[in-house]
Parts: sequence; C-alpha cells; structure tokens
Amino acid sequence: MEATKEAKPVANKIKLGHVHFSGCTGCLVSVADIYQGLLKILDDYADLVYALTLVDVRHIPEMDVALVEGSVCIQDRESVEDIKETRKKSRIVVALGSCATYGNITRFCRGGQHNQPQHESFLPIGDLIDVDVYIPGCPPSPELIRNVTVMAYLFLEGNEEQKALAGRYLKPLMALAKRGTTGCFCDLMNDVINQGLCIGCGTCAASCPVRAITHEFGKPQGDLNLCVKCGSCYGACPRSFFNFDVIPEFESISELIADALR
Amino acid sequence: MVSDPYLGKYTTCISARSTDREILKKAQDGGIATTLMVYALEEGIIDGVIVAGEGDLPWKPRPFVAMSRKDILKAQKAKYNISPQISWIKEATRSFGLDKVGVTGVCCQIQAVRKAQLYPINMRDVPGKIAFVVGLFCMENFLYDSIQAIVEDHTNQSLSSVKKMRIGKGKFQVYTERGNVATAPLQATHKYGQPGCYVCLDYVSNLGDISTGSVGSPDGWSTVFVRTRVGNDIWSKAVDAGLFETKPIEEVKPGLELVMKLAKIKLDGNRKTLEERRNFGVNKALRDPYA
Ligand SMILES: Cc1cc2nc3c(=O)[nH]c(=O)nc-3n(C[C@H](O)[C@H](O)[C@H](O)COP(=O)(O)OP(=O)(O)OC[C@H]3O[C@@H](n4cnc5c(N)ncnc54)[C@H](O)[C@@H]3O)c2cc1C
Ligand code: SF4
Ligand code: SF4
Ligand code: SF4
Repeated sequence: MEATKEAKPVANKIKLGHVHFSGCTGCLVSVADIYQGLLKILDDYADLVYALTLVDVRHIPEMDVALVEGSVCIQDRESVEDIKETRKKSRIVVALGSCATYGNITRFCRGGQHNQPQHESFLPIGDLIDVDVYIPGCPPSPELIRNVTVMAYLFLEGNEEQKALAGRYLKPLMALAKRGTTGCFCDLMNDVINQGLCIGCGTCAASCPVRAITHEFGKPQGDLNLCVKCGSCYGACPRSFFNFDVIPEFESISELIADALR
Repeated sequence: MVSDPYLGKYTTCISARSTDREILKKAQDGGIATTLMVYALEEGIIDGVIVAGEGDLPWKPRPFVAMSRKDILKAQKAKYNISPQISWIKEATRSFGLDKVGVTGVCCQIQAVRKAQLYPINMRDVPGKIAFVVGLFCMENFLYDSIQAIVEDHTNQSLSSVKKMRIGKGKFQVYTERGNVATAPLQATHKYGQPGCYVCLDYVSNLGDISTGSVGSPDGWSTVFVRTRVGNDIWSKAVDAGLFETKPIEEVKPGLELVMKLAKIKLDGNRKTLEERRNFGVNKALRDPYA
C-alpha cells in the first residue's frame, strides 16, 4: 500500500512528546492502552513529535506537552542534561507515572551493580526541574492519561469555557506537583489519618498495586515492607483532594471526554 | 432538574417501598437499595455489586462483591460502623471479571467512586465499568468499638442479640431478636462518631445515580432521590415493572422539609468545623481536602 500523508493537517494540533528516563516503558504502554482513543487523539488533537520508542526523532524538540516517564539518575550526565532540556523545550511538563512523580521503585536504588556500579542515586523529576502536572500511578491509569491529554488540549486550544473547565480539572494534579516528590503509605498516616480526615472508605486499598493496604476495623493498615512508594493510595484517597467544582460534574465531564474521542 | 446546595442535583424525589415481600421482611427501611440492585442484576444492568455483608463479629460489616440475588439480600440492613466498600472496586473488574459494577455505600464512598471515575489513580478500567451507584443518606458513622459501647453500655443489650439498629427521633434505637426495644439518647452517642465525618459535606449522597434513606418518609418507607440519567432510566423501568409502591414526597409526613433541615444541620455544622481547622493551631492550620 502506498504511504499517505495527511493532505491537510488538522489545524491547531498540539505537539505531544514522550520523554523516557529511568522508567520501564510501562507508562508508555498505558498511553497505548488508551487504544482507539489514542488514535483519535493523534488524528485530531495532537502530533506525537517525540518518543524514542515509537518515532524516529533523535533529539528533544519543542513540545506543548511533554509526558515524562521515569526518574533521573544523577550519576548519568546525559539524563541530567535531557531533563533540563525537556523543561526548556516544553510548555507543560507532565510527570507521567510514579517513578517520575515520586521515585517509586527507584527510591530503593543504591548502586553496586554491573556495569555502572556508581549509578546509585535516582530522583523524581520534580527534584531537578519544575513540574506542572502529576499523573501518579504504577502503572498510571490509561483513562487518567487520556483525560489529562484531552484537558491539556482544551487548555491550550479550546474556547474560553473549555479553557476554564480544563484549568479546573487539572488544578488538583498541579497541586500534587507542588506538594512534593515523595509517595508512600505513610502519606495516609501523615496527611489523612493524623489530620482527622480518614473515613474508612477503602479506596486506598483498592488503588494499591501491591496489596500493601488492608483495613483493620475500618482503618488503613499498611505493610511498609511491601509498599513500593508509588503514592497512588494518597492520590486516590477522596480525602487527599476532593474538588467540588469538578467531581460533582462527573456526568457531563465524562460525556465531554467520550464525545471528544468518538 | 433541581439543583439544591444541600440536597444536590436530582430530577425527582419520592417516597417509596419495595413490593417484594421477601426483601421487605428484612429491609432497613423500604428495601430500596436491595430491590434496585437485585433488579439491575436480573436485567443485566450490572453483573455484580459491592454490598456490606456480615463480618467476623456481630454487626461488623464486611464489604463483598455480590453476584446473585441471594448474596445481595445478605447485605440487608444498616450497620452503623465502617464498611470499607471501595476496597473492592478494582478487584471487581479483575478476578471477579465484572464489566458492569454496582456500588452501594454512604455519601463519602459514592464521592470516592466519582473521584475514581474522573481521576483514576491506579484505578485502571474502573472509570468505564461503574454501571450503577446507589448511595445512602448518612449523618455520621461510628467505629466498631463505638457501636459496641453504645449498644452494650448505653442501651445495655448484647450485640449478638440485636436484630436491628435505627437512628431516629433523637434516639439510637436497638431492637432485639426476642422483641425488646432499648434506646439511648443520640446526645450520648456523639463522642463516638468517626472524626473524619465532621468535615463531610454531603448528607443525601448527592453523587449517587439514585440515593435513598429513611428520613422524610414514614416507618417502612424510604425517601428516594433520582439523580443521573442512569438513575432515571433504571428507576422508571423498575417502577414500570411494579417493583415499588410510590408516593409523591409532598404527600408524606414529615417529607422533604425534615430532610432539608437535617441536611442543613450537617453541612452547616461541618462547614464550621472546616473553618475552625483553618485556625486550629497558632499560625498553623489543619489540612482542608476541599481547598
Ligand atoms: C452509617 C449509616 C448512617 C446512616 N445515616 C442515615 C441518616 O442519617 N438518615 C437517613 O435517613 N438514613 C441514614 N442511613 C440510611 C438508612 O439507614 C438505610 O441504610 C437506607 O435507608 C437504606 O435502606 P433500605 O431499606 O433501602 O436498605 P436495605 O435494602 O436494607 O439494604 C441495606 C444497604 O445498605 C448497605 N449498607 C449497610 N451498612 C452499610 C455501611 N456501614 N456502609 C455502607 N453501606 C452499608 C448495604 O450494602 C445495602 O445495600 C444511614 C446508613 C448507614 C449505613
Ligand atoms: S482512601 Fe483515604 S479516607 Fe479512604 S480509607 Fe484510605 S486513607 Fe481513609
Ligand atoms: S501503600 Fe501501595 S499505593 Fe500506597 S504508596 Fe505504597 S505501594 Fe503505593
Ligand atoms: S458522615 Fe460522611 S464521611 Fe462519615 S460515613 Fe457518613 S458519608 Fe462518610
């Protein structure tokens, strides 16, 4: 079959990129697991201008939205340069997945393995550059990546009303980025239970990818030796953030996103 | 569509009870929650539902995924202590293999479901597989040890002899299997409330597809808010199928006025608590999840 190029590119697509640091590519697989929705996004809303796994572009180009996966090894000079370059070249930097947001499993790194035994220190990207939006999760949910991508498009290219909605939607994910770069079961102790906010709903246990959380008489019990420090439980907890200007609109917002991807 | 700052968005509010005798026999109120979920299961609207069943101690609930009428009926009656319903929400789409998940729970648990739908954090597949959500009214919840103290010390009953608990008319009421009724003034139970409940800004499960509770309707009946498109669709079909007796809420006593009064007490009171948290220490605030 003859290769065809878009005769007339769809106007005002945003430039989307995937930048890979010390990650496992599972975050990118989650992007791909938007399935048909991803093709629609790439048809109508975004050009994938950079993604070493998928696109033959060798150097970090200008991007409207950079989806950054993995933490950064500070003993690897190229990685450190690349994360700085990513910030310089991107309007919106999204830390995609728990390694980029919180370090996750790379928090446990301590070097001493062939053949770079000195590669021992890994930091979430927010310790090296300013990050705009967090998508926590190990793995991150495809639906959340989809929502953030659609909202980022509306934020950059939508009308006033769409911009406002996208701003409201993204706000708590931006607040998570401001809050810090550590994730742990302890977040539930420090910032929920110790703060008198836990209601025993069980959400944290459902979100934990390693089943480190059970409930004893209605309250979270964490197995800290199982916890991989992904920060999911705190993010999913309805008492970390609960934005009344967005969540009660679940019906219309879900429809809006479904319509955009139809 | 009504949009009320205290009662949330809804299209209709009615007083109703189930016409299913088996369900009514053991229902907390009008048997709405159980009847709706059984109907949704039988119609293929859901293929399973998270309910609060019996736990390992008397009156300690245990959330589980019910996939048959028989199992849904096992969760009848309100247990006034914490049942972490949402802990099963992802698993329901995994080892249980459900495509259309039903959820029952109190207001905060319904909020958790909607948050997971819009901001799924390590909740893959959950947003698209939530099919039907029935929320219960909730003034506050208790810890298991609290319910033990209230029942065993304040009402002097043995927990394992209790057939039903109710909160109403300013009293915590306990009915035993052998026919005894004992009460404690609600005032005496306040110190046992779950602390997290005092910042809760939802009384009538504003985010359910349908929400139901006892307040506003006579004994044996429930007050029902039908809210979303999903809720409206299921409710009208279930009523057409003869599953419920209904009365306009305006025609029952005490009616919507009491619901509104209690919603105001809860929400205004808890807004004040949130305000106090802002100046809890000296130049130090406690965290506000709604900020
Ligand atoms: C903690 C709590 C506080 C409540 N406070 C009020 C109130 O202030 N005002 C008011 O009008 N109504 C309140 N209710 C609701 C009311 O008591 C009934 O649960 C409701 O009317 C449903 O009655 P039904 O006959 O339709 O339910 P049934 O058909 O008997 O079914 C019971 C349903 O409740 C669920 N359930 C039972 N216990 C729990 C629990 N601990 N957590 C989550 N889900 C549970 C089960 O999964 C089941 O779906 C409260 C309920 C609870 C659990
Ligand atoms: S999700 Fe949050 S509120 Fe719910 S049980 Fe866990 S810590 Fe408590
Ligand atoms: S307890 Fe589980 S969800 Fe929470 S940070 Fe640890 S691994 Fe992640
Ligand atoms: S009062 Fe609110 S927070 Fe407490 S159990 Fe009821 S719905 Fe949940």
